[in-house]
Amino acid sequence: MTTTTEHPDLVGPEAPAGPDGHAPGTGRQDSAHGHHEGPSGIVNWLTSTDHKVIGKSYMITSLVLFFIAGIMALVMRAQLANPTSSLLSFQTYNELFTMHGSLMLYLFAGPFAFGGLANYIVPLQVGAPDMAFPRLNALSYWLYLGGSITMMSGFLVAGGAASYGWVAYAPLSNAINSPGAGADLWLMALGLTGFSAIFTGVNLAATIFYLRAPGMTMFRIPIFSWNMLVTGILILIAFPVLFGAVVMLFSDRHFGTHIFTVQGGGVPVLWQHLFWFFGHPEVYILALPYFGMVTDIIPVFSRKPLFGYKGMVFATMSIAALSTGVWAHHMFTTGVVLLPFFSLLSYLIAVPTGIKFFNWIGTMWGGQLSFQTPMLFSIGFLFAFLMGGVTGILLASPPVDFMTHDTYFVVAHFHQVLIGTSVFAGFAGFYFWYPKMFGRMLSDRLGKLHFWGLFIGFWLTFMPQYLVGLYGMPRRVADYRPDNGWTGLNVISTVGSFVIGASFLFFLVNLYTSWRKPVPAGDNPWDGHGLEWFTSSPPPHHNYTHLPPIRSERPTWDYNHPEHRTLVTHAAKSPAGPPDDADMVGADS
Amino acid sequence: MPTSVIAVKGITTDFRRDPRGHDRPGPGTPSAPGSPIRTPRRRLPRWAALAAIGTPLLLSGCNLYPTYGASRGATKQGQDTFKLYSGMMTTGIIVGGLVGLLILWTLVRYRRRSDEMPRQFHENIPIEVLYTAIPILIVAVLFVYTVLTENNVDATVPVNATLGSTGKPVVDIRVTAFQWGWRFDYTGLNVGIAGETTAGPNNHGPQMVVPAGQTVQITLVSDDVVHGFYVRDFNFSRYALPGVTNLFDLTVLHPGTYNGQCTQICGLYHSEMLFSVKAVTPPAFSVWASNEVRKGNTLQRSGSSASNNPPIATHPTPANASPSPAPAKGSA
Amino acid sequence: MRISAVFLAGTGIFFAVIGVVYWFTSYEDAGFLLLMGSALLGLLPGSYYLWWSYKMKPRLDDDPEGSIAEGAGAVDSFPGSSIWPFILGMGAMFAALTFVFGLWMAPLAAALIVSAAVGVTVESRRGGAV
Repeated sequence: MTTTTEHPDLVGPEAPAGPDGHAPGTGRQDSAHGHHEGPSGIVNWLTSTDHKVIGKSYMITSLVLFFIAGIMALVMRAQLANPTSSLLSFQTYNELFTMHGSLMLYLFAGPFAFGGLANYIVPLQVGAPDMAFPRLNALSYWLYLGGSITMMSGFLVAGGAASYGWVAYAPLSNAINSPGAGADLWLMALGLTGFSAIFTGVNLAATIFYLRAPGMTMFRIPIFSWNMLVTGILILIAFPVLFGAVVMLFSDRHFGTHIFTVQGGGVPVLWQHLFWFFGHPEVYILALPYFGMVTDIIPVFSRKPLFGYKGMVFATMSIAALSTGVWAHHMFTTGVVLLPFFSLLSYLIAVPTGIKFFNWIGTMWGGQLSFQTPMLFSIGFLFAFLMGGVTGILLASPPVDFMTHDTYFVVAHFHQVLIGTSVFAGFAGFYFWYPKMFGRMLSDRLGKLHFWGLFIGFWLTFMPQYLVGLYGMPRRVADYRPDNGWTGLNVISTVGSFVIGASFLFFLVNLYTSWRKPVPAGDNPWDGHGLEWFTSSPPPHHNYTHLPPIRSERPTWDYNHPEHRTLVTHAAKSPAGPPDDADMVGADS
Repeated sequence: MPTSVIAVKGITTDFRRDPRGHDRPGPGTPSAPGSPIRTPRRRLPRWAALAAIGTPLLLSGCNLYPTYGASRGATKQGQDTFKLYSGMMTTGIIVGGLVGLLILWTLVRYRRRSDEMPRQFHENIPIEVLYTAIPILIVAVLFVYTVLTENNVDATVPVNATLGSTGKPVVDIRVTAFQWGWRFDYTGLNVGIAGETTAGPNNHGPQMVVPAGQTVQITLVSDDVVHGFYVRDFNFSRYALPGVTNLFDLTVLHPGTYNGQCTQICGLYHSEMLFSVKAVTPPAFSVWASNEVRKGNTLQRSGSSASNNPPIATHPTPANASPSPAPAKGSA
Repeated sequence: MRISAVFLAGTGIFFAVIGVVYWFTSYEDAGFLLLMGSALLGLLPGSYYLWWSYKMKPRLDDDPEGSIAEGAGAVDSFPGSSIWPFILGMGAMFAALTFVFGLWMAPLAAALIVSAAVGVTVESRRGGAV
């Protein structure tokens, strides 16, 4: 059934409130149809098109997959703690690192951000009643769940799961070198989740472009929503290429084509071009949402507006634009790519990333910083991403890439980047918005224990990996020679990984406690900035019963602190009136 | 224009002559004229000389190019790469360290002390321009050094396919990677070494013997899937790509044995795909080559005589292959 | 509207420029074609929206002075609960599994997809404009 949603703050001429008609309780919604509560329980879960339900489903599914992939990582670390360990067979080890990477990258880091948190938060932040295409949104989730089941079922078929690494380089991934249904299931899972991502990307872009509340101009939407818009566009650029590559590989495997095989006149390196043309934007699809989360969190816990809003927006855009021109920096050692072009563009990404860093520092500068759990995780992100970023600059140099390519140096680099973003920043966002989503608080004490465990374990795990990589240990090896001198560092790394694993016990206990003994959160526990903190926790169906006037990128703050509201500089000249008197009409009353 | 022959690492080997024909200082010197990092570090030799006067402790402690865990490079190309790596790492530590300290200082200085509302500023255009411009400058400088080093590392010289006495680059080795092992075909010498790797703590795979101090040209191909040719001490790796012939030069400076390994996942026994490179003096290399021929380890054209060659059915490498095949398209 | 149009068109122009530079520095066809495809992806909707943005009256959400009260009225119609996305998603999954496990799964996949297509169409018609 269809409900018509009207703009929440319906004020007629008789409205008693100020010029912008803010009057709590006068809002109406769904007046045309009334019946909007829908069924409950499992039927609700199966049939809901509400972005909040879908977002929560996405988050729960992706967190489950995150834990599965994390356990795989611990098993692999246990194997590597001993040079000649026989805990795992080579085949099992190859399957584990392939599935660890695939689960983390395709099924956790991306979907947790753009399907989970963004799905829930973006419509709230821009003042929309739902995503632009709610049924497409639901379909996106079911494709994602179907894809996840398909990928995991690789472990159940004869021959085991895919075992060629998450990048599936041809010709190792063809039917001769990787026979078996596991590889096919892996490809099909990529197809399904790829479409799921594309649908979410379309939905995010349409929602942010065309479902904003009146006054919520493009340069007033919170940075998280900006980053999700850019991520949505990147998804539309990257994922179709992946799907095309998957179709080609599948037809090589089963329909007798020779796109990636030399013997039939094909070009194996074409796979690498196609894959990385998807794969590098994918890296930023995994990073930009998390940059956005941190950018929304730091100002709240500094009690200041974001420093350099427009610089942040343009930095995001330049990172995204450059990210699609650097795919071959993953292919420096192939000997068939143009090194200086890709090296230069890769280096240039450091510039907008640096701008972001300084903007984060500038936001904290002169503030009143309080270190609650979301802020702690954001700070953890800053340090982790700083380290990952600095080593990333080294890898943009082809000669240095020659010496470290496919060693543990690279493994440490991308884990620091990806854990910095999807785990530190991702859990910062989760702790930050959990009260909004569930109307209850998570324990700050347990959250801090979670943070410190993760933080210590993180450095303990990955700093030795840089060193062992420089000592020559290649990635994706199941064992190594005892006389290489890599054992001690690997033991430290394994210990660190188990510290990380243990820290997540605090997280689970925290969830359990908040589920059993809820602590009510209220609508705005952090004194937040964005529109999402204006509505109730959790928000009602179609999100808003009333809205504040929107005159800056932090309308809720402006409403709660009229004497400290943001002074506005205009993004676009208003056709309606001169820009100078536009700040905060009506909130003073 | 050799500036100094202070050997920071203590080893100066000078039996090699530059393949391009002009003399160079020994490869152990900290600033060979071909080195890309030399220009802004004109003071290096004086600095290094000062260090050399000091105690050995000081010498090892105050190196202009700290290793940061990497190898200083056993090849000429690897030394260039190492210097770039070390310089970039120093830059990274300084820049990253400053940013990290700035974050830490901000966290401590501006921790919440009262409920007073902080000033609500949200931009400062000059500072924003400044911290856009400085990173651009830094990466521009890094990019220039990168391109200079890259040109040195990727440079290949024409090979005379005979074991020459001319001092020109002499040895041309066709390296074939396969699941799971390596074959080293010495095209001009009719020597073929191959070995599959088996698991075992003491097995380091087949060995490629090269003359120390001479430039060796490697032609890298793959029989089946993508492999990675990587020797840690050479600071170098290159994919063995099916359908692509990769060409690069290695100039191993000192006799010694260097472990290598496949770096790109290539199937079940990827972890075991080891090899090693043994550099010997040129006379010893000649002796070794004739011994191998006598032992029957010749190019695979001679078939069954290659006793330790793996039973690969499809061998795409004819022994009379062109000694210097065209480099891959687009290779910079 | 105009900002979104410029945003998309700008994306397209960026890729067109990078693509041309890439072609003339590398002559590598795969990357060139991909970059040109990305340029089209930005330019097609971007130029269309730009054209529209001059024809239509400015949107309230692009107006820095836009007030909530001015926006009173229907935002849009949103579909309510629906089982068909689930059915379609499962149909797609079984269709994908058909490629792996064989044609015996195809009838199941086809049945799910067809019923979802019919179901969602009927639902939309009954519920009015979606």
